[in-house]
Amino acid sequence: MTRSMRAVGGLVAIALALGAFSSGVSADGGRLVIASTQVPRHLNGAVQSGIATAMPSTQIFASPLRYDENWDPQPYLAKSWEVSGDGMKVTLNLVRNALFHDGKPVRAADVAFSIRTVRDNHPFKTMFEPVASIDTPDDHTVVINLDRPHPALLLALSPALAPVLPEHVFGDGDDPKTHPANSAPIGSGPFMLEEFTPGEAVVLKKNPNFFIEDRPRLDEIIIRIIKDPSALLIAMEKGEADMYPFMAGSQEIRRLEKVERLAVTDQGYAAVGPISWLAFNTRSPKLSDVRVRQAIAYAVDRDFIVKALHRGVSKAQRGPIIESSPFFDPSIPAYDVDLDRARSLLADAGFADGMALTVDYIPGPKEQQQTVAEYLKSQLKKVGIDITVRAAPDFPTWSKRISNHDFELTMDVVFNWGDPVIGVHRTYLSTNIVKGVIWSNTQQYANERVDELLNQAAVETDPAKRKRLYAEFQRIVAGDLPIYWINAMPYHTAYDKRLVNPPVGIWGAMHPLDRLEWPEG
Amino acid sequence: MSGSYLIKRLLWGVLLMAGVVVLNFLLIRLAPGDAALVIAGEMGGASEEMLASIRKEYGLDRPLMVQLGLYLADMARLDFGQSFYFNQPVTGLIAQRVGATILLVIVAQLLAIFIGVVLGVLAARNPGGPMSAFVSVFATIGYAVPVFWTGIMLIILFASVLPIFPVEGMQSVKLREAGIIVKSLDILHHLVLPAFTLAVIYLAQYARLSRASMLEVLGSDYIRTARAKGASEASVLFKHALRNAALPILTVAGLQFGNLISGALLVETVFNWPGMGRLAFDSILRRDHPTILGVLFFSAAMVVVANLLTDLAYRFADPRLRGRT
Repeated sequence: MTRSMRAVGGLVAIALALGAFSSGVSADGGRLVIASTQVPRHLNGAVQSGIATAMPSTQIFASPLRYDENWDPQPYLAKSWEVSGDGMKVTLNLVRNALFHDGKPVRAADVAFSIRTVRDNHPFKTMFEPVASIDTPDDHTVVINLDRPHPALLLALSPALAPVLPEHVFGDGDDPKTHPANSAPIGSGPFMLEEFTPGEAVVLKKNPNFFIEDRPRLDEIIIRIIKDPSALLIAMEKGEADMYPFMAGSQEIRRLEKVERLAVTDQGYAAVGPISWLAFNTRSPKLSDVRVRQAIAYAVDRDFIVKALHRGVSKAQRGPIIESSPFFDPSIPAYDVDLDRARSLLADAGFADGMALTVDYIPGPKEQQQTVAEYLKSQLKKVGIDITVRAAPDFPTWSKRISNHDFELTMDVVFNWGDPVIGVHRTYLSTNIVKGVIWSNTQQYANERVDELLNQAAVETDPAKRKRLYAEFQRIVAGDLPIYWINAMPYHTAYDKRLVNPPVGIWGAMHPLDRLEWPEG
Repeated sequence: MSGSYLIKRLLWGVLLMAGVVVLNFLLIRLAPGDAALVIAGEMGGASEEMLASIRKEYGLDRPLMVQLGLYLADMARLDFGQSFYFNQPVTGLIAQRVGATILLVIVAQLLAIFIGVVLGVLAARNPGGPMSAFVSVFATIGYAVPVFWTGIMLIILFASVLPIFPVEGMQSVKLREAGIIVKSLDILHHLVLPAFTLAVIYLAQYARLSRASMLEVLGSDYIRTARAKGASEASVLFKHALRNAALPILTVAGLQFGNLISGALLVETVFNWPGMGRLAFDSILRRDHPTILGVLFFSAAMVVVANLLTDLAYRFADPRLRGRT
């Protein structure tokens, strides 16, 4: 053997030895490695929405309530709660043994401070807008006084939406949106922040003084940010990561389904309610006639999109409220593909000779946006609509066009966020047509009856009546079609099969992972 | 080497950096897109008031020249500002990543020079032989293949066919509690593929350059004299010929440093290497102006320093230049 061959052989041996060493150490039972493509700006969910922040925020901060798989509220920092008969007052009775990570007790004043902070700084204004005042008669009682009934309030007290902040840290007068502690937060949740490297990783250690006995079960959670999905898949396949939530690509899903060590589920996204849709600019001269919008709906084959383009991993979505929500009304029209009807509607609207339209799409997962936009081009040609697909190089370019109403059609993905008041109303209320603001009513849709129904549903405390109001709302917008809803984003979670209690509740991984554990031995 | 030469070069470097700062600032502000909208988008939407408050918070509501003046004043104090996106000091963000980029770039540079020069020298030894043909073919392929393609091919090879090297990241999270030696070995283990990927294109260039340079030198009278005096072939090649043939290689090495940094951006993205390149790429998409400007500043500084060091090395290698200013 020559010297150079011996050298190469030696290098390979070292590489194999290091590889074997790495995989040997990976058997550590107390650590969970979550792989994510999402980059958190910071870790404080009180002033920031989105998956990226909510995942670590719900581990660091506890909240008044948490939710089970059936959408029922469960005790968390509040061991019990009462809603007054008129719906104008909610009283939270707090546990007495909760401590922040710095050892200071969680007091009613902290809860009141946190709700006010969220109300004044979180982008979802509707969550706590009706909160008029908050009383704290003692250190363990919080009374939330409302200026109108607010049935969405209890859901808004979930970990993903209402983290309880320590007033002694965040109440120093600095702007909460840019507070330095947002990147080095102290909470009372099951895990404490050990290390945050922006854009790279979040390392969380077990909170030994967590107020729920025998929890959390894991010693450590590492959220590794791997922006390239291929590299992320390799990490999952090689066992370098144990869980990959919010996976939406059909190729990714199918590939990880083949890995023996992993389980893949679409459970855990009911409250997130991510809907992929085609929005119409209803003030555009070509699209202001509802018959044109309906013609487009009849021409598009939703089944083809979910079964062929998305390889069967997506679920069809017919209306503005996610189909897994208790408020969804299944009686609304589906607009099954009917090209003759589409042509006839276009002719009735004065476009018998066809028309030209431009479709934008939000830069994001290609399969959910760009691929569908390109499919629209060939499909709508069949009814005489000539589509130009206009790509945006990045989010700022797209959001500027859409928020300034400089578009005709756009593909987008928008979340329901649990209660319709939080994530649905913003898209359809005529009072929310605000130029320059993305994810407002950029379709410029206005219907007085819809406004009336949404405003009534926002204050209706009887669940059955509320459901009826939302049913009528869904029927009207399904007829008016300011938006053609296509599918629920096929979010899936891949996780090591050995994990006990994986996050499959309504908030998925945006929920405390204190019950998650590796099997003994 | 005179001290005045060094001072003169340093002053030119400072002047160049000042120009880079102003030009970068103006170019980036010319790009379309509003950082406030990006932040609002990341937050999940925002009201008009919130957008106005974000713009005010980050000084985006002021005239461009006022923003430039404030930025230059901050830069004079070596304050690179706060990242719009992460709301953290840019210096801290860069400090977390600059080490990874320097490690990648320097190892790739050394690898490219070492292997490239050895291949070039061996090829020059027998210009019509198989090694010479190999170097020519390898150099052509090396020039032609994009760096990201090499990276992806290596990932495919080492992820499934021959899984002996990690294909993403810089450290194994499972070795977090390991000692410094194991951690260092782990980093080296992770470094193999990215460094080789980045080195390939430059390796080919160095091989071609050293072959051509050596061929010229090997035809010189003093080489014939060395051989006539009975010097060994290794001594002729590496002691007498290479030292004289090294000057063009040094020049190119200095010039290539900037290209290496831009190549590192792609390699870092492909291999999920936590360096400045990825930070720059993500910051451009987010219109995070202070971070982009900070990364560009540090990258430019690295190139200026590398060129200065090359000049000094040039003078060290060629005694004829030492007296010049």
